[in-house]
Amino acid sequence: MSIYLNKDSKVIVQGITGGEGTKHTALMLKAGTSIVGGVNARKAGTTVSHVDADGNDVELPVFGTVAEAMQETGADTSVVFVPPAFTKDAVIEAIDAGIGLLVVITEGVPVQDTAEFYAYSQNSSTRIIGPNCPGIITPGEALAGITPATIAGKGPIGLVSKSGTLTYQMMFELRDFGFSTAIGIGGDPVIGTTHIDALEAFEADPETKAIVMIGEIGGDAEERAAEFIKANVTKPVVGYVAGFTAPEGKTMGHAGAIVSGSSGTAQAKKEALEAAGVKVGKTPSETAELMREILKNA
Amino acid sequence: MEYQAKELFAKHDVPVTEGIVATTPDEAKAAAEQLGVVVVKAQVKAGGRGKAGGVKLAKTPDEAYEHAQAILGMEIKGLTVNRVLIAPGASIEEEYYFSFLLDRANRRYLCIASVEGGVEIEEVAKTNPDAVKQIPIDPGTGVDEAKAREIVAEAAFPEALTDQAVQTVLALWKVFVEEDATLVEVNPLARLEGDVLEALDGKVSLDDNADFRHEDHAAFEDKAAADPLEAKAKAKGLNYVKLDGAVGIIGNGAGLVMSTLDVVAYAGEAHGGVKPANFLDIGGGASAQVMADGLDVILGDEQVKSVFVNVFGGITSCDAVANGIVGALDLLGDAATKPLVVRLDGNAVEEGRRILEEKNHPLVTLVDTMDGAADKAAELANA
Repeated sequence: MSIYLNKDSKVIVQGITGGEGTKHTALMLKAGTSIVGGVNARKAGTTVSHVDADGNDVELPVFGTVAEAMQETGADTSVVFVPPAFTKDAVIEAIDAGIGLLVVITEGVPVQDTAEFYAYSQNSSTRIIGPNCPGIITPGEALAGITPATIAGKGPIGLVSKSGTLTYQMMFELRDFGFSTAIGIGGDPVIGTTHIDALEAFEADPETKAIVMIGEIGGDAEERAAEFIKANVTKPVVGYVAGFTAPEGKTMGHAGAIVSGSSGTAQAKKEALEAAGVKVGKTPSETAELMREILKNA
Repeated sequence: MEYQAKELFAKHDVPVTEGIVATTPDEAKAAAEQLGVVVVKAQVKAGGRGKAGGVKLAKTPDEAYEHAQAILGMEIKGLTVNRVLIAPGASIEEEYYFSFLLDRANRRYLCIASVEGGVEIEEVAKTNPDAVKQIPIDPGTGVDEAKAREIVAEAAFPEALTDQAVQTVLALWKVFVEEDATLVEVNPLARLEGDVLEALDGKVSLDDNADFRHEDHAAFEDKAAADPLEAKAKAKGLNYVKLDGAVGIIGNGAGLVMSTLDVVAYAGEAHGGVKPANFLDIGGGASAQVMADGLDVILGDEQVKSVFVNVFGGITSCDAVANGIVGALDLLGDAATKPLVVRLDGNAVEEGRRILEEKNHPLVTLVDTMDGAADKAAELANA
């Protein structure tokens, strides 16, 4: 078991012929993902050559639309690598086609575009992850995104994080235990899947024994996640929050990572999580150690 | 800044009097000669300008000169005032508050409106929260005339102003959407003599991610106020924020770099309280050129005593990063003078470490873990 993505997921890539799309299609195939095709309106009818996890050559069909790709291949998941200016249209097209899981990797999407396509997804069956995220990996089964598949294997930990490289760092720290699913939800002000969504899914997933939640400054998603944990999560949760030294009013890389006034500080998030019974580490290594103790005593 | 917000208001037909921007007392005087009774207003990106003494009424051109002389060069919340706005004096009968903003928590937009006072809106929100109306806006449907009427009714603008208010709300919505704003605020929105509605002061926050479809937005950037190192980094396309400390930081990924700052600050507690000097995310690429550009900016910071390079090779392989560091040191030559502590992990880490060990550069120390490397960098900065 896992959340959102598994070995049966059939994945297409929107922007499969672009630089990033090509590179990551190869890596997703290598990680065992069942990639069944891609979309690029200008190259419909062609194929792209790749090598699958077993080392066999594969020719992946390129379709003109997501709807066509789904009809021909039975795809249920799409990974979006198209540039920011075209992301909104690509996402709306995938929602209209009825895709189940839509992972938006693209960085730099205007927040009004995201607000619009998120609102649009509310009356559909599509779950959006991202934008500006590393995507989701169920180790040993499938990868929909850009997380390196070689860091850690399968295991009992569920991981949800706003940050890509902190996801990698934490998977690396806890590679001795492994992960059921690790999901990077992205650091933009508006995102499709939140900490709370992932916590809810991990709570329901029998394979996940404990959860690591990584947050960062900005907004109040961590505080709301803390309330959710207190009321709904029975599995042990360990937390980490980045950005204690961030000054007010400066955006730290991620568009959403900004302390405004007294809101969005790392300290407030840490306190909210601790009040909900979550053990919060001061550093990634200390956080990993807290998780290790929980799993050893389980 | 206010005068820029007013430019955007005027562009979208929000009722506003733009006034004249002055950078010297003489210009302020000339503007006042043209406009009559004026208000001299400091132009900085900060609230509380009035309380700081940055807004003064001038009844004569000479008074405008004096006020401009006092206000230009003053500091408001750490920002130097380089220009003043000379705005025509208005006889205000009532003040209202109005804004559109991004509501992160609910992933939609929000309109906040109040007819109870304008400038002291935070105070009103505390003492009489019912007087501050919050109206959610669906990003899918936005604000049309019917929604604008609903907003005006909900906020309870005086009847005599209803139609003007509806038109103003629609115009402000155009500013919000067409300029890709995350905040459009009018405070105060004023009822002037003769039941005329006008935006007397405003603030607009724009979304950088949307710059690609707004070439004109680059002109709003306050280059004079930017830190020189931040300006240099920006010119090279680097994601850099200057902080006040002695350990320069280079890393990949916003989250990991934020975390690195924290870990260095904790490590610094044992080394004379040294702190991180900056945030610098070099992203996925980390080529020799990007690494050299990053090091160049950081070494240009006189406060920096040591540099911590913290890279987790995800897609990027560590050998490329190691080659980047070696290449950067070659490019910089004698300009590289401060010790570098390097921690590499992840993709192709053995190869990356081997490259740095073979190069054996006198300034470079390799440390295995993030915590250990932070400690070493803090120690070197305190030496």
